[in-house]
Amino acid sequence: MFARTLDGEIIILSIILGMSIRHALLALLSEGPKYGLQLRQEFESRTGEVWPLNVGQVYTTLQRLERDGLVESEDAGGAGPQNVFTITPTGSDELKKWLRMPPDVVPPPRDELVIKVLVAMRVPGVDLPELLQAHRRHLVQVMQEYTRLKSEITEGEVEVSLVVDSELFRIEAIVRWLDTTDARLKRLPARTASGAPTSAPRVGRSIAGVRR
Amino acid sequence: MSTAVELRHVSKVYGSGPTEVHALREVDLSVRSGELVAVMGPSGSGKSTLLTIAGTLEEPTSGDVFIAGQQLARLSRHDRARLRRRSIGYVFQNYNLLAGLTAVENVALPLELDGVKAKVARAAAMEVLAKLDLAERAARYPDELSGGESQRVAIARAVVGERRLLLADEPTGALDSLSGETVMRMLRLASNDGVAGVVVTHDAQMASWADRVVFLRDGRMVDQTVPGSGPDSLLTPGANA
Repeated sequence: MFARTLDGEIIILSIILGMSIRHALLALLSEGPKYGLQLRQEFESRTGEVWPLNVGQVYTTLQRLERDGLVESEDAGGAGPQNVFTITPTGSDELKKWLRMPPDVVPPPRDELVIKVLVAMRVPGVDLPELLQAHRRHLVQVMQEYTRLKSEITEGEVEVSLVVDSELFRIEAIVRWLDTTDARLKRLPARTASGAPTSAPRVGRSIAGVRR
Repeated sequence: MSTAVELRHVSKVYGSGPTEVHALREVDLSVRSGELVAVMGPSGSGKSTLLTIAGTLEEPTSGDVFIAGQQLARLSRHDRARLRRRSIGYVFQNYNLLAGLTAVENVALPLELDGVKAKVARAAAMEVLAKLDLAERAARYPDELSGGESQRVAIARAVVGERRLLLADEPTGALDSLSGETVMRMLRLASNDGVAGVVVTHDAQMASWADRVVFLRDGRMVDQTVPGSGPDSLLTPGANA
């Protein structure tokens, strides 16, 4: 049974998982100058300490950021624990640019579920509506867990709501795709004895297209 | 918790001969007090028919319906009407509030129609409006309320008094996402208070507020979610949604 173990900070994790350490550090430095060690601690605490960061990763990243002119440190000699790092105007620009950069939605990722359904259309004996329903049920169950989490969120935890909403809309889109697929397949002409649709060659091309 | 509504092997056929339509086929569904159940399915899958039969507005062609343990087929027309009036509340997509009455008057109406004194009915209506965070809107007329507020007033009207079964047909269909969410939170609240709720929706996000989601297809109940069977943890590394 799902137990709520998250707080407003931990939720940042899922955002950060999709973002580089580089931009995470720039985001932390946008709040003001910080020590390298402090950056590591804040990074870990904001990810609920579920994503421990190797201290070497922090300093290597800071060195690269400094090399690229995105941060500067008091001591040009190195990236030691006592060094204070400050974001530069170029660094701020980079952070702002990254925030506005469209997410990588095109070209579409190779979708496992789409491939499974396309393959299932060619496998004799597969009950397609039943298969679609099994996936639909699983997805709705996941949505129920997210909604349960949302129902426990207090007003002060707006970050959690935003991430949960984003997941709910993403999964809902997959459910809608399943619904549309279900309806579309229902309209198809009768299938051949082998279970393969009469339009097999077109499906073959579709699968090839997805592979790209 | 007791069973608020139970459908046993319920089938519904409209028309006959070549125009025969099987809207429901051998549906078994039981909803406990305090449970919120969502019914999902494509258009024509029998969702609304299921709701009207559960709400005693229509009779099944075959099978049995029990409301709070009472078998409908064994009740007289008079008793059935009384059961419907006192035990069941309905919520529709387009709110169905009476335009000439204020929010609190709309909510008090079912009690007054059932013979409750106006003052008592009004107090009960105010109490449920307050619970649904609408106390300040009590004196407003429907055309002064937003869509979300109107639907919450409709929920208040559906649960006022001793109503223990709430049936909602696409209650969030005309609302934006956040207003829809508020309405679902209110339905959740009502069920936490012991009301059994059945919500028909094609919207998976709204359905996900329910304890259990049942899926209809071509008049059959083909599947349902199992409460608490989702992933153990969300938003953790490796969690696979």
